[in-house]
Amino acid sequence: MTLLEPIPSIRLKNGLEIKLKEIHTAPLISSWVWYRVGSRDEIPGITGISHWVEHMQFKGTEKYPAEVREKNIARAGGTWNAFTYLDWTTYFETMPADKIDQALEIEADRMVNSIYDPEEVESERTVIMSERQGRENSPSFWLNEAIHKAAFQIHSYSHMILGDMVDLGTIQREDLYQHYKTYYAPSNAVISIAGDFETESMLKRLKTLYKDLPEGADPPRVNRPEPTQRGEHRLTVEGPGDTVMVDVAYHAPPASHEDFFPLLILDSILSGPQGLNMFGGGGISNKTSRLYAKLVEEDEVAVSISGGIPATIDPYLYSINMIVHPASTPEAALQSLDGEIQRLQDSPPNKEELARAVRQNRALFAYGGESITNQAFWMGFSEMFASYDWVTGYLGNLKAVTPGDVQRIAQKYLLPKNRIVGIYLPHNKGNNHS
Amino acid sequence: MSKQEFAALKTESLPGPHDITRTELGNGIVLLVRPNHKSLSVAISGFLQAGSLYDPEPKLGLADFTATTLMRGTANRTFGEIYNELESMGASLGVSPGAHTAGFGGKSLADDLPHLLALLADVLIHPIFPKSDVEKVRSQLLTGLELRAQDTGEMASMGFDQIAYAGHPYRHPSDGYLETIQAIKQKDLVDFHARHYGPREMVIVITGAVKPETVLTLVEESLGNWSNPDQPDVFQVPEAAPLGETTRAHHPIEEKSQADIVLGVVGPRRKWEGFYPALLGNSILGQFGMMGRIGDSVRVQAGLAYYAYSSLSSSIGPGPWTIAAGVAPENLEKAIDLIKTEIKKFIAEPVTPQELADVQSNYIGRLPLSLESNSGVASALLTMERHQLGLDYLQGYEKMIRDVTPDSILEASRKYLDPDRLAISTAGPPL
Repeated sequence: MTLLEPIPSIRLKNGLEIKLKEIHTAPLISSWVWYRVGSRDEIPGITGISHWVEHMQFKGTEKYPAEVREKNIARAGGTWNAFTYLDWTTYFETMPADKIDQALEIEADRMVNSIYDPEEVESERTVIMSERQGRENSPSFWLNEAIHKAAFQIHSYSHMILGDMVDLGTIQREDLYQHYKTYYAPSNAVISIAGDFETESMLKRLKTLYKDLPEGADPPRVNRPEPTQRGEHRLTVEGPGDTVMVDVAYHAPPASHEDFFPLLILDSILSGPQGLNMFGGGGISNKTSRLYAKLVEEDEVAVSISGGIPATIDPYLYSINMIVHPASTPEAALQSLDGEIQRLQDSPPNKEELARAVRQNRALFAYGGESITNQAFWMGFSEMFASYDWVTGYLGNLKAVTPGDVQRIAQKYLLPKNRIVGIYLPHNKGNNHS
Repeated sequence: MSKQEFAALKTESLPGPHDITRTELGNGIVLLVRPNHKSLSVAISGFLQAGSLYDPEPKLGLADFTATTLMRGTANRTFGEIYNELESMGASLGVSPGAHTAGFGGKSLADDLPHLLALLADVLIHPIFPKSDVEKVRSQLLTGLELRAQDTGEMASMGFDQIAYAGHPYRHPSDGYLETIQAIKQKDLVDFHARHYGPREMVIVITGAVKPETVLTLVEESLGNWSNPDQPDVFQVPEAAPLGETTRAHHPIEEKSQADIVLGVVGPRRKWEGFYPALLGNSILGQFGMMGRIGDSVRVQAGLAYYAYSSLSSSIGPGPWTIAAGVAPENLEKAIDLIKTEIKKFIAEPVTPQELADVQSNYIGRLPLSLESNSGVASALLTMERHQLGLDYLQGYEKMIRDVTPDSILEASRKYLDPDRLAISTAGPPL
């Protein structure tokens, strides 16, 4: 079954949405529970709390202590994990089909019964800080954080999902538990399951597990739209190393906006196809993209370029990342980038470039559809900012984009006044001796 | 269906002699094909004998440089034409070097396999290493090395190899050093390719929506006439002597928030008879559930690290058996002590029957997931061929796992894990 086929959607009386897709290619089932909560729902003082809650959700309940759950999943040969993002938090298990019931029970249980033991909160505090410190070791983390602070002066997309270190030091057990109780409830969740099962019996089992859980109140939302940016922001971050990096971020429309698909095509043309597969599928290189051809091959101002526009609820960022050639400068790289953007604003791309972008995305879609885990991912992921129609309409929407659309999008969004330019400048020489 | 019938069905559904076609071409290439008609795509995976172990000492990184430059142009296609063909199809292809072999891999929709194979053959057989392209790749490699120098995990790992494999070919990083990459000339790439790239001991695996006989014809057409009489014998890796005592080094990198630890020993070869006990023992030590005993001690109980786990990287030669963790600099000693304590406990007493049953169940249960994708099957087949495990390896896999005992784990662990003779490498803020 490909990603393009529609699937039934069921909503229980307590508001829980269920998406099921039978796929009988392998004896596997992938089950995901999605909550509509992420770093978008945080304010200064509790930044990083959604991610910390995700960690605490692995600590256990009365019925299933942490080590029992871990071992049950591992014994079955399953894999499980969780992710916290801007708009959502999700938990998944991919299991041999005959062992999926353990995963279903664990997820229903921890939707309402997690303990949040104070001692475990404290031991996890240092783990979370260590996770952030590990990321801080990478120069690009600091650059990315600075760009977000500059891009979002009002909206809560401004902080890193991991949170500000100061908040990781002060968030308390009650804050975490409150956050959990506010956002983890059937009415704020979507379940997506794909794999080797019969829909009727799976639905029956889910109803048994979830129907008696209380609906939950409508959770509060941070609603602080970012005003239009009035002029380009430029910033530099200094740190160790020898490598200069330039990230350019343009304010961009949300996933549900009509300009989103033209912007995906524009990104494919400029920096190569990204795809949105989280598991499987692999990538397609970007050597024939306009920016690679110009900045890396022709002008030799960069050694690599990449780009991407995440699918989000609120307007977010379209980012272009460059590693500057050792013999070049950030100014030269920016000049070449601006030349290519100008070219797209002055004249539309040719039809063959558009057709290739669509072909590449179709291939990525086909590859992604071969993983049951990825199938279940798309089913829930799309619900977090739109609906599954967004997935089934994905290729059609890309095909409908015209050369004129791409030119219009470039003229509308890729403007200096709409962007943040961040430069990482090393102030030190590194260590690399044989 | 009886339990026995169900077990037989499960075994039958695993790739094996009944659905893998293995062919040795006249020029020495071994081709393995396994069809999967539930898929829309096809995956290629393989290797040839051109890894970094063949690098001359002053030019470390030569194999890596050569592999990275192969796709910059051939006698038949320019760099632009190669990638135009690939990216227009929505396909991928790449060559990446390891220590023993240069690996290659690709993916396409099934209809495009003939194009993908033709491209693969062209870049393997006819690369021309254009001079200006060599300089572009050099800049990219040097930038990669600069980024490596800022990566505490990578630098700790390199430091481990230098301590544990002193005097052994495994001590060098396959991507070389700044000065050795600077020393490599375009002619070196041409010469390395001419000498080491060839069909002898080359393996290619193709899985997906294909018919074996069609694939055989395609591979014969594209690679069947390739020959290279100059290819040397396959590199024989010597044993690596264990350290006389625990040896420690710290690689300082300014302005880092976290320090990385890599500690451990030289481990067994993949073909060692005690490999499976060591493999399952390693899982109990630092992988199962939340990173095994090590994860429980360092992350769950002490809250010192986001990650702390063990790895057994057995290869053709004696690969490393290591434990890695990332911790705040002030917790470095505490974390190393906790890890050492776990190693001591691990070789003092046998694992419990329950611990063993857990990892056995895990290793057997996770097979279907690891074989779900074409690339997963290709990877399994490549491992089977690399280590001569036999086409029925997966059918016998469950028994090999079940045959491991607590005593065999203790014996394997004691042979290699010695808490008084560890290589301990750390990288992070100056101490």
